[in-house]
Order: sequence, then C-alpha cells, then structure tokens
Amino acid sequence: MSASLVVNVLVSGVLTGLVYGLMALGLSVIFGVVRVVNFAHGEMMAVAMYAAVWLFTSAHVDPIVAIVPVAIAFFVLGYALQASLINPMITRPEHSQFILLVAIATIISNLLLMEFGPNALSVQTSYQLDSYEIGPLLFDKARVFAGIAAVVCSAMLFAFFRFARTGKAIRACADNYLGARVVGLQVKRLYALTFGLGAACVAAAGCMMVLLVDVTPVVGPSYTLLAFVIVIVGGLGSMGGALLGGVLIGVSEALAGLLFDPAMKSMFSFALLILVLLFRPQGLLGRKT
Amino acid sequence: MKRRNFDKALAATALGALAPFQIARAQSKKLRVGMLLPLSGYEGFIGQSCKKGSDLAPGVIKELTGVDIELMNADTESNVQTARSRAERLIDEGANVLVGAFDSGATAAIAQVAEQRGVPFVVNIAAAPQITEQGYKFVFRNFPTAVELLRNGLSLVGDLFQATNETPRTAVYMHVNDTFGQAMTKGIDAMLPKLTRLPFKIVEEVAYDPATKDLSVEVAKAKASKAEFVLLVCRLNDAILLRREIVKQRWNIMGIVSPGSPGMYEEQFYRSLGKLSDYCISNVPWYNPKADLTETVDRAFSKMFPKDKLMYNALNVGYTFEALLVAADAFKRAGSGAAQPLAAAIRSTDITNRMMLGGPIKFNAKGQCEGNLSACVENLNEQPMVVLPQAAAEAKPVFPWPAYKRT
Repeated sequence: MSASLVVNVLVSGVLTGLVYGLMALGLSVIFGVVRVVNFAHGEMMAVAMYAAVWLFTSAHVDPIVAIVPVAIAFFVLGYALQASLINPMITRPEHSQFILLVAIATIISNLLLMEFGPNALSVQTSYQLDSYEIGPLLFDKARVFAGIAAVVCSAMLFAFFRFARTGKAIRACADNYLGARVVGLQVKRLYALTFGLGAACVAAAGCMMVLLVDVTPVVGPSYTLLAFVIVIVGGLGSMGGALLGGVLIGVSEALAGLLFDPAMKSMFSFALLILVLLFRPQGLLGRKT
Repeated sequence: MKRRNFDKALAATALGALAPFQIARAQSKKLRVGMLLPLSGYEGFIGQSCKKGSDLAPGVIKELTGVDIELMNADTESNVQTARSRAERLIDEGANVLVGAFDSGATAAIAQVAEQRGVPFVVNIAAAPQITEQGYKFVFRNFPTAVELLRNGLSLVGDLFQATNETPRTAVYMHVNDTFGQAMTKGIDAMLPKLTRLPFKIVEEVAYDPATKDLSVEVAKAKASKAEFVLLVCRLNDAILLRREIVKQRWNIMGIVSPGSPGMYEEQFYRSLGKLSDYCISNVPWYNPKADLTETVDRAFSKMFPKDKLMYNALNVGYTFEALLVAADAFKRAGSGAAQPLAAAIRSTDITNRMMLGGPIKFNAKGQCEGNLSACVENLNEQPMVVLPQAAAEAKPVFPWPAYKRT
C-alpha cells in the first residue's frame, strides 16, 4: 500500500469529516444551550440539500454560494420553530420533546417524498468531477471546497459565541439558566436564536453535502444518527468536540475502508462510539456533569 | 354459559366471520395481485421502474387473456423487514397472489411468508438461488438465478473481448454486499477459475454497502490494484457514485463490465450522469426487440408514460409484466383465485408468446423457470443498446472506453 494512497484517503476523510462536523455542530449548539435533542436534525439537512438542488437547477446558484440564502432561510425557520413549537415544550418531560421532534422529522420526510418523489437528485457543477493534483496526490475539488466552507462557517460560529454580545448572552444562558434570567436576559428569545443558528449550521452543511452525495427524501434518519454519533464522540454540547468528532468519524471510516473492508466502514464509527462511551462517557472534549 | 360452550361458540363465530372472506377470495372474478416493490429507499428508482410494468400490465393482459387484474400496491421501502410485514398485510387484505419484489433479500422474506400462509408468489426479479432451493410449493420465479445470470453474463464477457479483440489480464471485482451481491460473488468465485476462455484474473475484491453515500475509499483501493477493468455487481445509486468517482480520481481503466446486475441501464443512471453514462456495459436479461409482445407492451408503455421510453426500463418492466402475465394466465386456467388450484396452474405454465429473451416460461419442480437469456447491453449515446449477441445487436461494442474528456 503506497503512502500516497493513504494520504489521499486520509485527506478525503478529513474533508468529509469537516462537513459532518459542521452538521453535528448545529445539533451540539442546540443541545448545549436549549437542552433539547433535535431528532429532526437529519431531515432538516435533507431539506437544505433539496433547497440547494432547487436553487442550482432553477437559478444555477452554486451550492457554495447557496449557503448564504439557505442558511438565512433556515435561521428564520429555526427561530420560528423554537419560538412556536419547542419553547412551550422546554419544561415538559423529555419524552414529549422527543415525540414532537420525531413527528416533525416524519412530516418533513413525507413532505419531501410528496414534493420530489423517491428519485435521488444531485447537482452537476463545473468542478464536480475535477481534482487538484499535487504530485502523486489527488484532491477532489468539490470535497476541498466543501471542507473549506465548513471551516469558514465553523470559525464564524465560534467567533460569534466568543466575541458578539448576543453570543456571550447565549453562553450565559447555557452556563446558568437561572442566573441568566436574574440578570434580565430574554432566555426564550435567546433559545430561539440558538435554534436558528443550529438550523443555519445544518443548512450550510446540507448545501456542502449536496456536492458530495445525491439527496433522497429518506436520507434524513441516517444523518440524524451520524450527527448523534459525532456529538457523543466529541462531547454533547461542545462545539469543538463536534468538529473533532466529525473529523474523527470521517477519518476512521476512510481508514477502515482502506485497511480493512469498505463494507465495514460504518461499523468502525460505532466501535469508536462504544470506546468513547466506555472510557470517556462525557465525550472527547465534553465536560463532566 | 359454560366455558366449553363459550369456546365452541367463539370458534363457530370466528369461522362464520372468516368464511365469507375465504369464499370471496376463491370465487372473485378479479385476480387480486399483491404487488410488492421497493418504491422508496435506496432501491426506489428501480422499484418505480418495475411499477411501470405493473401499471401497464392489467390493460395489456386484459386484452391478451381477458383476465381482470386488481393491483394492491405495497412499498417494501428497500427493507427486508418491511417487505415481510407488507406481504403479511396484503394476504390479510385478500390478495390471491403476490408478485415482486426486485430485491433478493426482500424476495426471500416474502417467499417465507407466502409459503407459511399458502399463497402463491411469483417473483418478478431476484437472483439469489436459495429463493427456489428451499422446497417451497407456492414460490415461482421467472428470472435467472445468480448462477444462470453469471454463466450467461461471463460468457458474454468472453464474447465481448473476442468481438473487440481485447484481452485484459486483470480485473478488480467490486460488488455490493447485500444478498444479491453475495450470491453473485459465490457464483463468480466458483465459476471464474473454470472459465479458461476468459483471459483475466481478479487481482482485488472490494465489497461495499449498497446504501453507501461515498465510494471514494473503495475506488482509491480499487485504483491501487492497477487492474485493467472493473467487473461490477452493483445497484443503481452506487453505480452512479462509482462512475463519478472513477473520473474524479482520474482512474484510467478500460471500462466497467457488469456480469449481470442492475444499475447501469436504468433511466436514472443516464439522467444523473449524462454523457458519462456511455460505454458502461451490462450483461443482463433483456427483452427481445423483435417479439410481438414487446411491441404491444411498448405501445402501452408509450401511451401510459409518454415522457419515458421502454428501453430505459426494459428489464424491470419486462419481467414485472411477465410475472403478472404468469399469474393471470394461471388464474384463467384455474378458474379460481383459490391458493391451491392457482399454485397448481402456475406450476403447469407454458407461455411461449413472451417478451423477454429466452425459451418458453415453464417452471421446474423447484418453481424456477430455466432458459432465460442475457444480452450484452452497452450505453451508447445515453441509451442502452444491445451489442451482443450479434443476432440481436443494434450496434457494435466499444471496448475499451474512450478516455474521459471534460466538456
């Protein structure tokens, strides 16, 4: 096995993992602040992928460019969803929240099936089949673009939470709910903002993912599961953990496919999950509660 | 009321309640067909393509045989467990016969249900040999087994090399790791060493999940083997991913040849890949373009699906239509939809006026129809063309494929 093959596969795994990480980042942000597990996460990503395909086919908008309008639309939708449906459920038992979000997921899947049918849809950008060649190394252009876009989006989100006043307020809510209310923060509004941001993350990830894979209405549950695996590996509620988890899953799948049997790829992500649960249950970058 | 009397009364009531349904099932003038297909999920495209065959069949079969067919459609969702439960439900709802289910895993599960419940099941498409090797009395298949598919398919690979004067020495064998893929792999492992006529050796085997969303690692691994061509057993989505990935990774091979799997002749393959779909070769059971019945079905297809063409759905529509024809023909001869006479009538089927390439539709003691043939179908100008055998050829085979040029 040549070194160039291993490097090629590793880089491919890292780039795909970054997009996975951004997707999981949305889930982690929402859980870290609102303490609601978004079981409709994969389905939201499927909607974003369809939105990117629709923008590409109807207006020739490149999926990377489509990140901006789709993320804005998802921010608004996420905000509205939290404000209208999820906020009233915050104080209810967890199984009520679970059922609500599973119901939303089912409705989304079926609406997509009704609207777009079962056929897979994809985009064909001018660079979709191109690669960058550096010596013996080949890097898939679409994957490189998607990976860079994932890094940029994540950096923006990190900067927002670190430097913006609203970001700091959201962190305050996450750290101390009661304290945040005592100092006069509008917690429900900040929750809605957070859900909007999480939805925008998943929208951006969906736009990038459509460069790598085709989309079908039933694609959602597998992404929800993947996002869960990633955030549990990285640490539920940890933003850095989500990105790290994404990259680890991407790389472990790629290496498992190369070194062992490609048919066993997903088995390795779950093996990683079990190892983390056994030896570091709070996740790699998670905090002990 | 004593408990014993109560039990008797309860049993009598249950029998009384069920009896009219049994009579209705047996005496109905319509043949109620429980149609099981993967209409959604990762096999959704192919299931939808098969459904076109079942949608047009009642009209054509009514004209041919006078039999009225009532279709009861069910979606297996590309999932074996769903297929099993849908089959149960269709039987509960009064299906006289089950037809389906494209996927070998789903078909095997439905076959178990059909056998347990004593309802005839006519397989449209599914190649795993074990489906008709279990000693089932109610399961019939008018589709080649994986062994037959491979025998025909590999023989056509030899013909292809001979016709193009090419002798590739190495191949990488890539395949889905589902029931069908594993059955084909067993067949290839057993058959290939004996076929001295084929000049190549398999230097690497790459198995992958049929529902995969990314084949970059698989293709990188296959490319590293430096094989001259890909011998592929695929489904549809993975075939699309694979073709794209070959270009992305600038893998210069002679081509992709499937010894008998779906995927590369499906409409969605052309729609997704455009010119990139060209020169992929599938050695698969195909329709006889010169048969009268093909013309009849083609007319009905054009009328029902004016935006589509039969050639893009050839295998799926052809075998699904023939499965329904088998059921209707037996129903007519049995004069009843009752399970036993219907199964007996299917067992004595002898249909010579058929659409697909091969001999008459007759079932052996195991319920398997032997003698279905394959054609070497190459994608040329974004459509499937028969290139071998020469007697049925619509164009000359192109192998190796021309290098990919970015347009």
